[in-house]
Amino acid sequence: MSPNKLALALLAVSCVAWGSEPNAARQKELVHLVRQDCGSCHGMSLKGGLGPALLPENLRDKPAEGLTATIYYGRPGTPMPPWKQFMSEAEAAWIVDKLMTAFPE
Amino acid sequence: MRLLLSLFLVLLLNACAGPQLRGTGDLGLIIERSSGHVTLVNTSSRQPYARIAGLGDLSHASAVYSRDGRYAFIFGRDGGLTKIDLLEAKIVKRVIQSGNAIGGSISQDGRIVVAQNYSPGGIKAFDAETLELLSEVPAEYAPGKFSKVVGLADTAGNKFAYALFEGGEIRVTDFSDPKQPKTQRFPAGSQPYDGLVTPDGRYFLAGLFGEDGVAMLDLWQPEKGARKILEKYGRGEEKLPVFKMPHLRGWSVAQGKAYLPAIGRHEVLVVDVATWKEVGRIPVRGQPVFVMARPDGRQIWVNFAFPDNGKIDVIDTLAGKVVHNMEPGKGILHMEFAPRGENVWLSVRDDNKVVIYNTENFTKQGEIAADSPSGIFFTSRAVRIGF
Repeated sequence: MSPNKLALALLAVSCVAWGSEPNAARQKELVHLVRQDCGSCHGMSLKGGLGPALLPENLRDKPAEGLTATIYYGRPGTPMPPWKQFMSEAEAAWIVDKLMTAFPE
Repeated sequence: MRLLLSLFLVLLLNACAGPQLRGTGDLGLIIERSSGHVTLVNTSSRQPYARIAGLGDLSHASAVYSRDGRYAFIFGRDGGLTKIDLLEAKIVKRVIQSGNAIGGSISQDGRIVVAQNYSPGGIKAFDAETLELLSEVPAEYAPGKFSKVVGLADTAGNKFAYALFEGGEIRVTDFSDPKQPKTQRFPAGSQPYDGLVTPDGRYFLAGLFGEDGVAMLDLWQPEKGARKILEKYGRGEEKLPVFKMPHLRGWSVAQGKAYLPAIGRHEVLVVDVATWKEVGRIPVRGQPVFVMARPDGRQIWVNFAFPDNGKIDVIDTLAGKVVHNMEPGKGILHMEFAPRGENVWLSVRDDNKVVIYNTENFTKQGEIAADSPSGIFFTSRAVRIGF
């Protein structure tokens, strides 16, 4: 790959990531949703409750796409409901990304 | 001179009297879930009187009371068990008893406090005086497999009934010899999510998430085993998504009927407690979470799961339908009635306050500032079975 092509590819990747990043106000809403409402099963500090813990060490070995799908579509046969009426798939992916690194307070 | 002398005597007597004596029947506490505080309140003045810090992670915390209503035992999500003195407004003792807890209960004789744990799954019994560990009963439902414990409730004879979420069982553990507990197991159904004991202490009900129905055990005749009531109440229709698990507890029995949240349906199910047959269902404005009877049983107050958690519906049990709607704030997490029900206190999580409403005319009577309030617990629970 030529340096030019590489730069273009990197730009494309960063654009996708940047494009899927919710704005600051929306990020705040999503963090509140996760801590307070997801928290009713997963714990406000995300250490788990009736639902499993969602800390980085619990999610490390799981593919991000699968986790995003779990949030967006729910998981039939378990109490995990689909959240698609409250967020886009890109927002679910942003939540997964934050959960896997460090979830904001 | 005589006047002066008697004045002096009065002053002297007052100085000797020490702290003012008072009862605890009109006291209570509010859990402030995100900051590890509890605010102590007086239900007569409808005002806070103290605030205590240092209780750890209080998300989903609950409290039970000693028989004299003086001490509260608070079960935190992080496994913390904290004993609070409501009169001196201070922590008496605090232990970390598990990794992840969900609540607890206190025995009929008031001597044993039992915590129910998600991780490690099981229950633990503590001396109510010292919080010393007396015994534990792991929720092992298959070799090496431990279940989360839900719905723990005290029953007669220092026995505790509870259910196993993964195990699909109802269990009754007898702590009459607190260091040698004995446990009976009853198959119950798929994914019990919470439980309640009826106010007379006779029946234990476990709501099922994994199937349409409620498991019921007659604690007077446990040998008959658990049976299902309200089977197939969903009529095979697809469930609506449930964004928060309903809570049961003994609040919802009124006037000979039990009012229970449906799962995945925006309905309150009504069951005759003499026959345990469904006698009605009442449409409401969301997935019910708490379905709580006013102490006299005339009204049932219902709050809801996300995204309807700003709404309250009030059912009149005589009319058999919702007679009042309100939107008291954002994120109504819990309700608690004054001991005789003239007002109800609602915690409004996102508005950082507790609001107080008159239950006769639904007018607002006051509010108390609280940081992300969740559970509200009054000392009137001290004298009730299943609280």
